[in-house]
Amino acid sequence: MIEVEGHYEVKLGPLPTLTGKPTHYCAGCEHGTLTRLIAYALHEMGARERTVLVDSVGCSVLAHEYLNVDAIQSPHGRAPAVMTGIKRMHPELLVFAVQGDGDAVSIGLSELIYAANRGEPITVFLVNNGIYGMTGGQMAPTSPEGMVTMTTPHGRDIASTGAPIDASKLLATLEAPAYVKRVVLPVTPTPAADFYNARGSIEGERAVKNAFRVQEMGGFSFVEFVSTCNINWKMSILKSKQYAADVLAKVFPPGLFKDKFGVEKR
Amino acid sequence: MTTTRDFLKGNEAIAYGALRTGLNAFFGYPITPSSEIPETLAAEFGNPQYPSFKVFLQASSELEAINMVIGAAATGAKAMAATSGPGFSLKQEGISFASGMELPMLVVDVNRGGPGLGNLGPEQTDYFQATKGGGHGGYRNIVLAPSSVPEMAAFPSLGFSLAYKYRTPVIILTDAFLGQLKEDLMFPDVPALKFDTSWATTGARGPERHVISSMHLDLPELSRHSEHLRSKFEEVERSEQRSEKFDTDDAEIILVAYGICARLCQRAVGVLRAKGVRVGLLRPITLSPFPKGELAALVDRGVQKFLVVELNTGQMIQDVQLATGGRARIGALQRVGGLFPSPSEIVREVEVMAR
Repeated sequence: MIEVEGHYEVKLGPLPTLTGKPTHYCAGCEHGTLTRLIAYALHEMGARERTVLVDSVGCSVLAHEYLNVDAIQSPHGRAPAVMTGIKRMHPELLVFAVQGDGDAVSIGLSELIYAANRGEPITVFLVNNGIYGMTGGQMAPTSPEGMVTMTTPHGRDIASTGAPIDASKLLATLEAPAYVKRVVLPVTPTPAADFYNARGSIEGERAVKNAFRVQEMGGFSFVEFVSTCNINWKMSILKSKQYAADVLAKVFPPGLFKDKFGVEKR
Repeated sequence: MTTTRDFLKGNEAIAYGALRTGLNAFFGYPITPSSEIPETLAAEFGNPQYPSFKVFLQASSELEAINMVIGAAATGAKAMAATSGPGFSLKQEGISFASGMELPMLVVDVNRGGPGLGNLGPEQTDYFQATKGGGHGGYRNIVLAPSSVPEMAAFPSLGFSLAYKYRTPVIILTDAFLGQLKEDLMFPDVPALKFDTSWATTGARGPERHVISSMHLDLPELSRHSEHLRSKFEEVERSEQRSEKFDTDDAEIILVAYGICARLCQRAVGVLRAKGVRVGLLRPITLSPFPKGELAALVDRGVQKFLVVELNTGQMIQDVQLATGGRARIGALQRVGGLFPSPSEIVREVEVMAR
């Protein structure tokens, strides 16, 4: 007997917040899932007219091709600084970025920390798949120990490269951030091979909406989505989902690290 | 805003000049010798006399500051940053992106000694970085060179006007000397500037939306974009070359100098004229576009000798050589390390050249 956890309604079809363009994301990648979760949340909030997306550098650099909102591209890692400039001039706007782990946790960690520390009312969605995707699979600051990447061909040696950085925990140590949450987004294979647990999408949808609500309440919100990159992990889609559950989700377990306004209880 | 008289440092004058044009946002990071700019703006933030001044923020780094300027500029705000050499280097990433995205903004570089940490004295060694692009990729910005405190006060208005007219970053390139120099000035009675910002990203009203991007993955598309940037700068070169001439009408020797060096040269011209030497001064006000039209006209009139006086080891002299096209003798008087030539040294150099 398979136990069904929660109820997930698949909202397919066109949305005014989506351009309708097919995405360039690889089959099996969670970027496409997140794009739809964001589009759905913006649509439900009726927020398209007051939204500005800041593209980061990495796989989400083309997010504006799919999300039908005003958008500006930022240099690598600088999205939180660009968002700050927009938001300070126009506090009425809903401003967010989708950043990858290389973008937000490596080259842009400083911009991320300072925007979070100022409590800028902006939203960062972090896609953490433990690897540089767009550049072809190099070690990320979030690569788990032992992960084979193009720049760690013998596996990541943390004695030499440092241990994976937990961005959610790091931000949660600051006073200002209002909402910090980590969701494991990929579907999880269950013992019955024809069945997947899609709880990540349900939780992801809630987290996206909560993050936007927190921003509109005046707080900095950050949601980390543990994701897969089967192409650069050099795995089948099925195996990548298993690896995400077995390895990545152990290094970066899901959790609510901060919820100043108590949005999760409402 | 009414006409007022004041006695200010160059850096303070830039800050007040920007406020009087209706500056919306300033993002700063402290660096000597430019820090009076953020300090003055911090002190005036919230002053009801400047209702357009909505944002003052000290950033955690030069990188963060320039990217905050990018964000504010993308909403159509008159946004600005100020720095000196080492910080100007860090800002090149953002300036390259802003040029590619055609975002108007104002960046002030109060040139200090370099390379590296150098020292805090005045130099004109950031000339190449400011006028030739500075960051990655092919682009050119407009560069203004004030030579007095009144011009420091006036150039934010000129800078924002040009930045919005051509949708491009504008650099005010000044130096440690002018930044710290205190002079008497009169603020003119000018209305706050208003520009077309219909391209800004402030939320998509209706089916249309705005995407501001410097990325053109399609090869012919990027080629077209680069051609567009080039033709835009060609238009800038045709229409916006600015310079000032002193005693050039009958001059046989022309001094070419900008910023503080032009002030020193002006004094030297006075001394030399009293001695009967037919010398004049051409002072570039726009370093980019370089006033090559005026230089070429002087050569056409028969001027055979030019003396380029600058605080570097030979940067603007290359533009003078290009503009005169090998048709004249170009002399150089250069000082670096925060040192500068005295008017009497310039006089001696011209006298040698005149022989």
